[in-house]
Amino acid sequence: MSTISREEVAHLARLARLEVTDDELDAFAGQLDVILESMKTLAEVNTDGVQPTSHAVPLVNVFREDQPQPSLPRDAVLAGAPDTAEDRFRVPRILDEEA
Amino acid sequence: MTKLNDYDKAVETYEPVLGLETHIELDTNTKMFCGCSTAFGAEPNTQTCPVCLALPGALPVANRAAIEATIKIGLALNCHIAEWTRFARKNYFYPDMPKNFQTSQYEEPLCENGYVDVVVDGKEYRVEIERVHLEEDTGKTLHVGGATGRIHGATESLVDYNRAGIPLVEIVTKPVPGTGALAPEVAKAYTAELRDIVRSLGVSDVRMEQGSLRCDVNLSLNLPGEEWGTRTETKNVNSLRSVERAVRYEVRRQSALLDAGERIFQETRHFQETTGETRAGRSKEEATDYRYFPEPDLAVMEPSREWVEELRATLPELPRKRRERLQAEWSLGDKEMQSVVNADAVDLIQATVDAGTTPSGAVKWWLGELSRRANESGEELAALAITPKQVAELQGMVDDGRLNDKLARQVIDGVLAGEGDPADVAAKRGLEVVSDTGALEAAVEEAIAANPAVADKIRGGTHAAAGVLIGAVMKATKGQADAGTVRQIILDKLS
Repeated sequence: MSTISREEVAHLARLARLEVTDDELDAFAGQLDVILESMKTLAEVNTDGVQPTSHAVPLVNVFREDQPQPSLPRDAVLAGAPDTAEDRFRVPRILDEEA
Repeated sequence: MTKLNDYDKAVETYEPVLGLETHIELDTNTKMFCGCSTAFGAEPNTQTCPVCLALPGALPVANRAAIEATIKIGLALNCHIAEWTRFARKNYFYPDMPKNFQTSQYEEPLCENGYVDVVVDGKEYRVEIERVHLEEDTGKTLHVGGATGRIHGATESLVDYNRAGIPLVEIVTKPVPGTGALAPEVAKAYTAELRDIVRSLGVSDVRMEQGSLRCDVNLSLNLPGEEWGTRTETKNVNSLRSVERAVRYEVRRQSALLDAGERIFQETRHFQETTGETRAGRSKEEATDYRYFPEPDLAVMEPSREWVEELRATLPELPRKRRERLQAEWSLGDKEMQSVVNADAVDLIQATVDAGTTPSGAVKWWLGELSRRANESGEELAALAITPKQVAELQGMVDDGRLNDKLARQVIDGVLAGEGDPADVAAKRGLEVVSDTGALEAAVEEAIAANPAVADKIRGGTHAAAGVLIGAVMKATKGQADAGTVRQIILDKLS
């Protein structure tokens, strides 16, 4: 019994804006299944009284002072853009939403 | 064509439930997670770096000043400050964020469970705050190629990431039931109070017209005794007046649909400043799925109670306290003070008083003539092209007897038309009370000669008849005489 369905993989691919063929959907569903199965091993560990963590290091309250630092030169910033116009990143039109 | 109900009829039948989400841009020197400047008006894409552009390997670090500002806002809104809180990624693909996610907060906001009290029509309403959390602003998108400059019909978009990453505080209310017909006014009063509180803290300039305070208005309707209805969320509500109008419009629109037996869709709508309508926005074919997860690049935060108390000790006098103090200082009654607050004139009047005029003089102009002008032009009072200093100067000229109220109103015309300060306008337009007694006496003589019957009446003791002669003199002097002085001259001559 697989833990992740083909439809779920298709949904995730759509959310991630990834184009996935039908063959790939089957392949990925199978592969993701293996990963999820392996992760189940973790569920066997007793975590009673252990706080969930989102970090590997036990740091808290890491802050930066509000002092401006130099930004990147604009030429360098725009050099990575697929396309530019008027010193801005140029992107395809965005549909069905109003600014 | 959208069918709309009459507002009064709508609120007789249905009970509105409000909800407000407000975004406030903090005025820190640097962005939320990097040292890029936040200065307004810089050339496009000159205030970005690997962190706010999400280049590989960049490591964000939270701005202490932004955390402190948010805790202060939370304290001023009577919130609990979390002992343990963290950031989360809100994943979505939209070119306004180069990271393809927005760093925000999800289940563990910095501040929770507060309230703001507002008074509308003499009644107090408590607006409960669900949460205050910290996130980052998005870039600015310019839609080009369309006929209207709007996104519909645009052929491409140009993006400037200077704004991306500027600290943004989101303040979310719990649903507010029980406001009835006053829902629009309560929504406006809450937004104004929130703005004033944040302004008093000095953590944002909270200017709605510049986008540093932005509002989303949620509204649903239900029949009395029934469950709350489905709500709509109206975005792009960018002035206090618009908050009021957006609520009113949604009440009228939703009630018409419900009357017709139709259902309300939970959807995002956009407020149209020019028409006062709300329009359906993004299509909801696929429900948004942001797949929030804890931000692994940022350390969790544990604001110590000592830190929170230190920040609490720095809170200034909050607007409610300040209003109570000013009301006493200005000797205003409750009703009059409420009018001042409703007209959003507290700061304007205080600045006018500070510029050297009496509270009653300042109140008279801002609540009277200037409010009337603002209403006529559909502007906020503060947006009028006249400063508190100019109003103080105007009232000073009235106090000195150089202007009467009628002339002062003409001077206002000139100031609003950009002709300069009151004294300049008066000089240029020749608006001064005629204080030359010789000229006034001559005008009075003429008026008496032209109205012998009236003069006889006054001689006979009917002083009220003097009004006719005063009118004649005012006409002869083009309104530039002081009525009291003219009256005295007439009575002196005819008794």
